[in-house]
Amino acid sequence: MRINKMQGEKLDEWEPKIIAFLCNWCSYAGADLAGVSRHQYPPNTRIIRVPCSSRISPLLILKSLQRGADGVLISGCHPGDCHYLSGNYVARRKFAILNNLLEYLGIEKGRVHFAWVSAAEGKRFAELITEITEEVRALGPAKELVKKLD
Amino acid sequence: MLDTSVMIRDAAKKLLDQKRVDLIIGFETGTLPLRSTPCFVRTSEEAEKLIWNASCENNLARYLRGREEKVGIVAKGCDTRSIISLIKEKQVAREQVFIIGVPCHGMIDRRKIEAKLDGKEILEADEATERVILKGRDFTETINKAEFLHNSCNTCSYRNPVIYDVLIGDKVEEKRGIDEYGEVKEFEAQPADRRWQSFTNEVSKCIRCYACRNACPLCYCQECFVDSSQPQWIGKTTNLSDASIFHIVCAFHTAGRCVDCGACDRACPMGIDIRKLTRKIEKDVKELFHYQAGVNLEDVPPLAAFSLDDPQQFIR
Repeated sequence: MRINKMQGEKLDEWEPKIIAFLCNWCSYAGADLAGVSRHQYPPNTRIIRVPCSSRISPLLILKSLQRGADGVLISGCHPGDCHYLSGNYVARRKFAILNNLLEYLGIEKGRVHFAWVSAAEGKRFAELITEITEEVRALGPAKELVKKLD
Repeated sequence: MLDTSVMIRDAAKKLLDQKRVDLIIGFETGTLPLRSTPCFVRTSEEAEKLIWNASCENNLARYLRGREEKVGIVAKGCDTRSIISLIKEKQVAREQVFIIGVPCHGMIDRRKIEAKLDGKEILEADEATERVILKGRDFTETINKAEFLHNSCNTCSYRNPVIYDVLIGDKVEEKRGIDEYGEVKEFEAQPADRRWQSFTNEVSKCIRCYACRNACPLCYCQECFVDSSQPQWIGKTTNLSDASIFHIVCAFHTAGRCVDCGACDRACPMGIDIRKLTRKIEKDVKELFHYQAGVNLEDVPPLAAFSLDDPQQFIR
């Protein structure tokens, strides 16, 4: 959970840190396939494997942003493909509300990403991570929810 | 007002004498003018204490959970909606509650009156149907109730109890043509950095007293995420980031459940505009999932259900 900034890190060496919560059954397997198939993608993403996309509580997303993640990705099975049949449908409703709320409060668009990635989409996973990394890089270091001790 | 009080007392006495309920939750006169306080009545003699006026603002549904006896409750429109939410979440059984429904004209916001009086102390308040006469050391002022209602009362479209076992007095006319989410739309129209600025301005006032949580009839987790230390989700201080996350998650937890009774707003000692968040969620739930909390016992809560064609433009 704790993401420490590297010691002596300089601003021009800044690299985005992205936390990806991937569901065990589809997206995590997709990430695995990307590796096995030797697809290249930037190393900025730290993957956390979760049982299902519906396991993701808004607290996990907010806590990541608070502790220094510059971006968060939540990814699960495509609709209809959920290992637990309806987990991703339930998650979709939850994320719709959360996504709107974060935007409403003025948290930069492009910090929190949602995607469906199947176990067969290794190439797509690599492309997705590349896209998201570049988007977060363009935004610069996260500011809004980062916890400052003062 | 007096009539309504008498009618509530009569209903309460009857219920207690006939042993149809063991406890009545209602209001009694508070220690300060323009204040009423929740009261718990167990005998018909005690029922004389019960009152009804425009300062009966608390949401008494807060006191319903975890009781073994049969409870009679004095409830306004918003209170009955909270009770419906609680019944749906299986926190109380419909048979266990006897709802004494009271149509409501809106409750007065003391803070608005205090602001108008500019610091002068109110020593006595006489309430009539539409006006209140306020008396202090060397002033007497008559105010029009309708101008000093709580914000949540101004946008209320359920002034009559939604469910009840007995109704006190006649139903009142519901407001028509109000722009329910006007404030939310106004906020949405501002640029993102301005929105973040005003959100953090509000949240920076927070002293983390949790009065909002304690006043909310629907915040009943055995262990709230802010109290949990394994894992410790957020810090316990008034740090801005912690306070922001507290308010975001608290509001999120009311998604599809909040009936906008305004209890959190009224409880806040720092005057934080908590409804700014809960209203947005309420609006989204209505637009995205066509659901409104606490209007009937049948609809399935939106986060306990799904539809195959739910919106997902935000997902890649």
